[in-house]
Amino acid sequence: MIAEIGQYALALAFALSLAQVILPAWGARRNDPVLMSSAGPIALALFGFIAFAFGALVQLYVTSDFTVVNVAENSHSQMPLIYKITSTWGNHEGSMLLWVFVLAFFGALVAEFGSNLPDRLKALVLAVQGAVAAAFLSFILFTSNPFARLVPAPAEGRDLNPILQDLGLAIHPPLLYLGYVGLSISFAFAIAALIEGRIDAAWARWVRPWTLAAWIFLTLGIAMGSYWAYYELGWGGWWFWDPVENASLMPWLAATALLHSAVVMEKRDALKVWTILLAILAFSLSLVGTFLVRSGVLTSVHAFATDPARGVFILAILTFFIAGGLTLFAFRASELKQGGLFAPISREGALVLNNLFLTAATAAVLVGTLYPLALEALTGDKITVGPPYFNLAFGGLMVPLVFAMPFGPLLAWKRGDLMGVAQRLMLAAALAVVAAVVIAAATTGGPVLAPLAVGLAVFIMLGALTDIAERAGLGRVTARVALARLAGVPRSGYGTAIAHFGVGVCLLGIVCETGWSLEKIASVKLGDTVTIGARSLTLDRLENRTGANFRARTAVFSIREDGAPQGTIEASRRMFAARQMATTEAGIRTFGLSQLYVSMGEESPDGHISMRATYKPFVTLIWLGAVVMALGGALSLADRRLRVGAPRPATKRPRAPVPAE
Amino acid sequence: MTRKGRRLVLIGAGLGVLALAAGLILSALTDTIVFFRSPTEVAQQQVAPGARLRLGGLVETGSVVKSGTLTTFKVTDGNATVKVAYSGILPDLFREGQGVVAEGALQADGSFKADSVLAKHDEKYMPREVADALKAQGRWQEGGPAPGAASPPAQRAPGS
Repeated sequence: MIAEIGQYALALAFALSLAQVILPAWGARRNDPVLMSSAGPIALALFGFIAFAFGALVQLYVTSDFTVVNVAENSHSQMPLIYKITSTWGNHEGSMLLWVFVLAFFGALVAEFGSNLPDRLKALVLAVQGAVAAAFLSFILFTSNPFARLVPAPAEGRDLNPILQDLGLAIHPPLLYLGYVGLSISFAFAIAALIEGRIDAAWARWVRPWTLAAWIFLTLGIAMGSYWAYYELGWGGWWFWDPVENASLMPWLAATALLHSAVVMEKRDALKVWTILLAILAFSLSLVGTFLVRSGVLTSVHAFATDPARGVFILAILTFFIAGGLTLFAFRASELKQGGLFAPISREGALVLNNLFLTAATAAVLVGTLYPLALEALTGDKITVGPPYFNLAFGGLMVPLVFAMPFGPLLAWKRGDLMGVAQRLMLAAALAVVAAVVIAAATTGGPVLAPLAVGLAVFIMLGALTDIAERAGLGRVTARVALARLAGVPRSGYGTAIAHFGVGVCLLGIVCETGWSLEKIASVKLGDTVTIGARSLTLDRLENRTGANFRARTAVFSIREDGAPQGTIEASRRMFAARQMATTEAGIRTFGLSQLYVSMGEESPDGHISMRATYKPFVTLIWLGAVVMALGGALSLADRRLRVGAPRPATKRPRAPVPAE
Repeated sequence: MTRKGRRLVLIGAGLGVLALAAGLILSALTDTIVFFRSPTEVAQQQVAPGARLRLGGLVETGSVVKSGTLTTFKVTDGNATVKVAYSGILPDLFREGQGVVAEGALQADGSFKADSVLAKHDEKYMPREVADALKAQGRWQEGGPAPGAASPPAQRAPGS
């Protein structure tokens, strides 16, 4: 019964989404305030119906109702409750439902909190949102019905893919979708602005918080996914350049670019056309990502769907929105008036450079991701574009970008003084060189470039601190004045510095992990000891354990550093009976910021187990850096100027006085 | 600087970055792509020893030999087999009779030295390239049970 009600709610939601397109758009055309104002309530109702359908599916999973195909294929009565809930979106149908749920959630937010938006803009934005919702709801209803019944019902479900039975999965997709789908708001605003043919700094002020919020979720979602792959897949890799990962990285890069160009538009009324284009591209890349993951064109951990009908359907949706958006852009962009002149060496110039590199890097990732698919379709040749390509193409574009990063915030608007900025960054640069030299002298082995990269990371972090110190006039004014100035720095100023600092932290983690990881592969029996760096691992015992729905074979190693015991580390292999599938549970111990990572292979009849132990120095910085970035974004989002976002004329902003040179 | 001059600088910077990106992408693509080959293709075509490639097929039943961390096995597509040597931990899904993709290089003696072995599929599906290669050899029909698959796909209700 619940399944039928859920499906009915979805069908009603589809009808509502069509109404959300037609009524407000028609109202905007006829300038009818009543029709236009219908958008808000419809969007709220749409959210209500989709939330109900989603809740219904969760309920079916919780009660293990195997008369529903989706539940029978992805759940198991003996699974812990938390995984029963998370399996709701651990499959194709459920994750698409989560997708539209998040979409409707954002639509409801615009309806609820967009009271300061001009009526026409709000109506058009919600109409565009409605169109996206209608497209994906029809996709669910016609190709991926999560509520389809199964006759006869099996006594037991087929279980969730064991590698997905993990808390990381509980958080990863919702976070990622909040980011992916959040970009639909920027897209809707861009399309609405093009239809209106009018765009100004106030527009950027409305769009920026939404983009920023989506960006924060996307950042956290990607970091979460990376950490999940790291500890769950048992290989110890944190980024594989897998198409599914690229699918989330590309919108992130585009959103990062959009975030920065929106600043220029808000502050200086420049780069309007470019910002609109980026808003369209960012959401287009979200759609491309959804297509890659959900159509089954890839073989990968995440791509569980293998139905070509779905692929064609999503491709049609994708083509409609991307081609439609770009066509509208081509016709209307010339009507947007350009403003705000600036010299090449200026804050705006730096942000343009940022955008150029970020979009070029996005293109590099896109080419690497789609090239194998295109080549196979055209010539039948099967190729892999792996990490070497991405490291070279993506890394090559990232290095100049991050090197330029500390310069940007220090440059003045309109016309900057590059020499002056370079002077102010002198201390940071000097310390970075010292760090690189010390590292080069202190370490043996590792890539030649690694100490240089450490220097770069240090430069970025110190550069971010320099930005704040300069705003306070540290060293030039008394401590009291400096403190007062620090308090006066707007939150978005701190946000920028912290987010940029986070990039440095992340880079430092990446460099240390890649450059100086120690790895040992061995075949050991009880009592054997393996040394890795300063630590030794002794296989103490092998045990059989049982979980709710699996049996595990666990190897317990005791850790010693220079003879002193440091506790134990447990690696295991789990066997899931329902799917006859084994997973590797790596043992991970954190020492400071570094981690020891042990995974266990098969056990041979004579009692030997193969094992791999890796010591990963400063590996946690990779994810901590991402969290710091998100924190910076959150702080920027909390800035009063952004939160108010009122359509008032751009008055003089309260800013920390720029110290005289 | 005039408006036009500024625009020229902007366009110049854009073209510069574009050229850099295009150069990096093209050079990286030519140097780093890895082709997928089935054992039959390896046997028929002259693949130079040392060139990186991905070899895919089924792990021949009874061919897996382990000694310490070194594993040797044969990859077959029914017509030809290639002997593979791999040192390290095999993925959870590595099993005799199942699909596998090994990445590495062909040695002068015709054997294959793998530095990574992938078996990233669940019981129902095999790696896409392997499935295609097997179909090309007439060893597996679409819709039929995958060779070596442990369980047949679940029956779907009509109309679902």
